[in-house]
Amino acid sequence: MKTIQFREAICEAMSEEMRRDESVYLMGEEVAEYNGAYKASKGMLDEFGAKRVIDTPIAELGFAGIAIGSTMTGNRPIVEYMTFNFSLVGIDQIISNAAKIRQMSGGQFKCPIVFRGPTASAGQLGATHSQAFESWFANTPGLKVVVPSNPYDAKGLLKAAIRDDDPVIFMESEQMYGDKGEVPEGEYIIPLGVADIKREGTDVTIVSFGKIIKEAYKAADELEKEGISCEIIDLRTVRPMDRKAIVESVKKTNRLVVLEEAWPFGNVATEITYLIQSEAFDYLDAPVVRINTADTPAPYSPVLLEEWLPNHEDVIKAVKKVLYK
Amino acid sequence: MQKITKEVYLKWYEDMLFWRKFEDKLAAVYIQQKVRGFLHLYNGQEAVLAGALHAMDLTKDKMITAYRNHVQPIGMGVDPNRVMAELYGKVTGTSHGMGGSMHIFSKEFRFYGGHGIVGGQIPLGAGIAFGDKYHGVDGVTLCCFGDGAARQGSLHETFNLAMLWNLPVVFVCENNGYAMGTSVERTANHTEIWKLGLGYDMPCGPVDGMNPVKVAEAFDEAITRARTGGGPTFLELKTYRYRGHSMSDAQHYRTKSEVEEYKKIDPITQVKEIILDKKYASEEDIKVIDKRVKERVAECEKFAEESPFPEKQQLYDMVYEQEDYPFIQHKL
Ligand SMILES: Cc1ncc(C[n+]2csc(CCOP(=O)(O)OP(=O)(O)O)c2C)c(N)n1
Ligand SMILES: [Mg+2]
Repeated sequence: MKTIQFREAICEAMSEEMRRDESVYLMGEEVAEYNGAYKASKGMLDEFGAKRVIDTPIAELGFAGIAIGSTMTGNRPIVEYMTFNFSLVGIDQIISNAAKIRQMSGGQFKCPIVFRGPTASAGQLGATHSQAFESWFANTPGLKVVVPSNPYDAKGLLKAAIRDDDPVIFMESEQMYGDKGEVPEGEYIIPLGVADIKREGTDVTIVSFGKIIKEAYKAADELEKEGISCEIIDLRTVRPMDRKAIVESVKKTNRLVVLEEAWPFGNVATEITYLIQSEAFDYLDAPVVRINTADTPAPYSPVLLEEWLPNHEDVIKAVKKVLYK
Repeated sequence: MQKITKEVYLKWYEDMLFWRKFEDKLAAVYIQQKVRGFLHLYNGQEAVLAGALHAMDLTKDKMITAYRNHVQPIGMGVDPNRVMAELYGKVTGTSHGMGGSMHIFSKEFRFYGGHGIVGGQIPLGAGIAFGDKYHGVDGVTLCCFGDGAARQGSLHETFNLAMLWNLPVVFVCENNGYAMGTSVERTANHTEIWKLGLGYDMPCGPVDGMNPVKVAEAFDEAITRARTGGGPTFLELKTYRYRGHSMSDAQHYRTKSEVEEYKKIDPITQVKEIILDKKYASEEDIKVIDKRVKERVAECEKFAEESPFPEKQQLYDMVYEQEDYPFIQHKL
């Protein structure tokens, strides 16, 4: 094992896959000469050259579409969005083309492409720069959605995403790029669609994904001191969702809290809640509680942003609520 | 256009210096973490704003720009205390702390933001002009954006529509050489951005964006055209930003000597030299202005520091016009 940063895990995954497969290239704003806005492609221009590590102008619609088009003649692009907030400029290409080409062409064309970059909030960036669209993308048949929470998962999942023959939305976080974690020296792949039990526990199941899961860890540490044992499930892949893992855990703990950094209306937590009431209704000892951001655009002011974001205290309260404590 | 008199030069000097020092102060308090998020500063580009304001009719003309937007509202009349307070996230800020650094707005002074999505404000600017034309208001909208934004599709759709509908708008590309770390040369097979207007038969041209006189003259022509029913103009202002893109930019994409070259044609220095040459003021008078600017900036900082943060309830007060909108509750 070796210890690397999240950004290095991303870089290793992309570089290893590009060494392995000539048809893979990386495209996006500042990915080449600047080494990535968050340095996730550091050194890749030097290794692979400008043909395969491609700087684009600010033209999210155009380069998304061009990358998607190139899958039709044999490429397997990785498109970096500086953040997924800016993917909205190009989202028509993702939803109307990438997600549908295969089905509409009767299976003649596959669309092996990865769109990756940071999602959700990253400090006081205001309303346009603090959005989480996991549920938007996950709502779209034809797409897969992956949201890792640590370097190990990020590397293994990104390699799987690049090898996947369908379009994958791969969502990171500005606030995770510096996180360190252990990864094996050798190659490994983590299959898409498989959740990971990050902590085993008996009293309550907490389902989460992405950087906000750290709030669940903090909460679980504190709750443990009070003798409450939390099982924490990291979805890792939002679509396809590992329904079995969630249902089995809830059947064991009989209680569920879902933690998601996103707006509440029709989000991923809503989907999980529906799943549990339909598949494990008789096992539930309390109504499911979900924890989200406020139902508003992100505010800038630090005091309001703190209120807007979910935190570990919210998780503790939610766990106690489902335990009637 | 009003003649460029001694008073105009003195005003330009004081305004531009104030904008520069205001931005410098923000950089300083950013390092102290009193202001957070991104911080995009206008240093080096001041002549564009000074010249534009001179040509505008501030009783009815309008402006919209991107996220490099702290000093434009001040130029249009907004109390700088309130801009500084917005960056501190205080309730006394222009958006009561909701918008932050990239999203300054003032309806009162016809400053339409402050927009964080590159190119997103270009159609909005034309839309503001559409509204004015619709209502028979003879105001003109200055729709500003960067060289990077000129590569967005939104620009091309908007140029076509603005010409098709003959809208009273001036499109202003502030070409400061770079979009983050990407130089203009690396974004297209051409570098004369103003020529994009040609494809739409839009009157267009390059302007020396380091010289407020040249800027004012170009804007005067464009604004007059728009006000008299002649439709849009596209101006490319050749300017330069001295600081990094935002605060975390190591600037490996350019050399120190390139920055120094531009500082030789610094707009504030140029104006100061004219003032001294023409004896519009003495060195002593200039020192008085410098001191006044310094004090005014300190006053902004004090105001922002001493202002309170918003109440938590404010989170819900500004999303909808509907007062009793049923938000989904998010805290237990
Ligand atoms: C749609 C979109 N893509 C990317 C970004 C990230 N970004 C912010 S500013 C910027 C560079 C813009 O450069 P330019 O238009 O030249 O304006 P300048 O910063 O030089 O004033 C980029 C890429 C963004 N905010 N919005
Ligand atoms: Mg620029």
